[in-house]
Amino acid sequence: MAKITYIQSEGKSQTIDVSNGLSVMEGAVQNDISGIDADCGGGMACATCHVYVQDEWFDKLPTKEDGEEDMLDMAFEPKKNSRLSCQLIITDELDGLTVSIPSKQG
Amino acid sequence: MKKIDALIIGAGPTGLFCAHQLGLIGLNCEIVDNLDKIGGQCIELYPDKPIYDIPAVPECTGKQLTDNLIEQIKPFNINFHLNERVEVVKKINDKWIVKTNKDKEFETPNIIIAGGVGSFEPRKFSPKECEKYENKSLYYSIKDKTIFDGKTVTIFGGGDSALDWAIELSNKSKVNLVHRRDEFTAAQLSVDKIKELEKLGKIKIFTKNQLNSVKGEKNIESITIKHDDESLKEIQTNYVLGFFGLIMKLGPIVDWGLNIDKKTIEVNTENFETNQKGIFAIGDICTYPGKLKLILSGFHEGALAARGCFKYARPDEKLRFEFTTTSKAAQERLGIKK
Repeated sequence: MAKITYIQSEGKSQTIDVSNGLSVMEGAVQNDISGIDADCGGGMACATCHVYVQDEWFDKLPTKEDGEEDMLDMAFEPKKNSRLSCQLIITDELDGLTVSIPSKQG
Repeated sequence: MKKIDALIIGAGPTGLFCAHQLGLIGLNCEIVDNLDKIGGQCIELYPDKPIYDIPAVPECTGKQLTDNLIEQIKPFNINFHLNERVEVVKKINDKWIVKTNKDKEFETPNIIIAGGVGSFEPRKFSPKECEKYENKSLYYSIKDKTIFDGKTVTIFGGGDSALDWAIELSNKSKVNLVHRRDEFTAAQLSVDKIKELEKLGKIKIFTKNQLNSVKGEKNIESITIKHDDESLKEIQTNYVLGFFGLIMKLGPIVDWGLNIDKKTIEVNTENFETNQKGIFAIGDICTYPGKLKLILSGFHEGALAARGCFKYARPDEKLRFEFTTTSKAAQERLGIKK
């Protein structure tokens, strides 16, 4: 279990307990956190679960798999700290992770 | 106006198999899809990627699955309306009147929405002012490449479309290629080619850059791009092209009076009908307790929805359950000669 904080582009912040094994994307979708569309359902095929990871967390995350960076080319306003939240799987180590949601997903 | 038993919206695997199920029980249908080809997400998102969970097919690609489904529905000679989107749906008496963006009209008792996660539309640039130039000097697809002759064109993107057009247009235009990182996802051959063209001075490449702003009275005169290190650079250009792939939008479906929950349509699990009589939703676009977004679920939903259509298309007949192995009628419809 990890506490994940989701920050909306206008500043609203929500912290949710997400079970291990779920993705940061699923944590958002299951808890009605808006702004993470996840159109493809977690298949790394759409880039609509794009988030910005807080800098101090970025290097602690598992590295991107092939394909994630390709999909991020398609994301809305990708930055250096961009990730697809469907690829971030919750473990105890991610407790306290904070992600910011872009103003839109596409 | 064409009268048909059912109209399917979406030519993905779910829509295709539903057409097969309609054909087997003797109902005709036509299929409308916004994409320019048959196959839906399977073809648009993962034509070459493997799928391992189609029953009795240990492994196939999105393209193979689509090809097999097309083969399977061949006996029914189904009409496809590709590159076309359903815009208007209204009810007159007991029939639905459906109009597409190309002004085709259908009259049908049944509409089956197999629209995946909506229709695919190009992803757009983020700066707001881009909208103003859209389809004048800023494009997301190319219809007439001669307009670029002798002009400066700035292309954004790192995939096949971006690089293919950069190579093609460099024959007759000054081309800038801008991409957000150093690696390109296009085919290696194209990547080698643009690097060669860069050496010859035919293409200027700006990596680790993204569009920051656009300037120009009526048409684009210049743009500013922003590097990862935050530095800005102004580029004089007549045209801007963006190739960031496609995004899925629910589109006009939201206006049809259906119960929609988080971009999906609520259905019953008996025949996948929505709250509107004669409108069914199957595949990724429908939702119900326990919904799994799998292709195999879409097949099941399509089979039941097809039977749900029967009572509206043939109100005076009764549908008998039959197996294709033994049903003479089904085999005749499949064109099987013994």
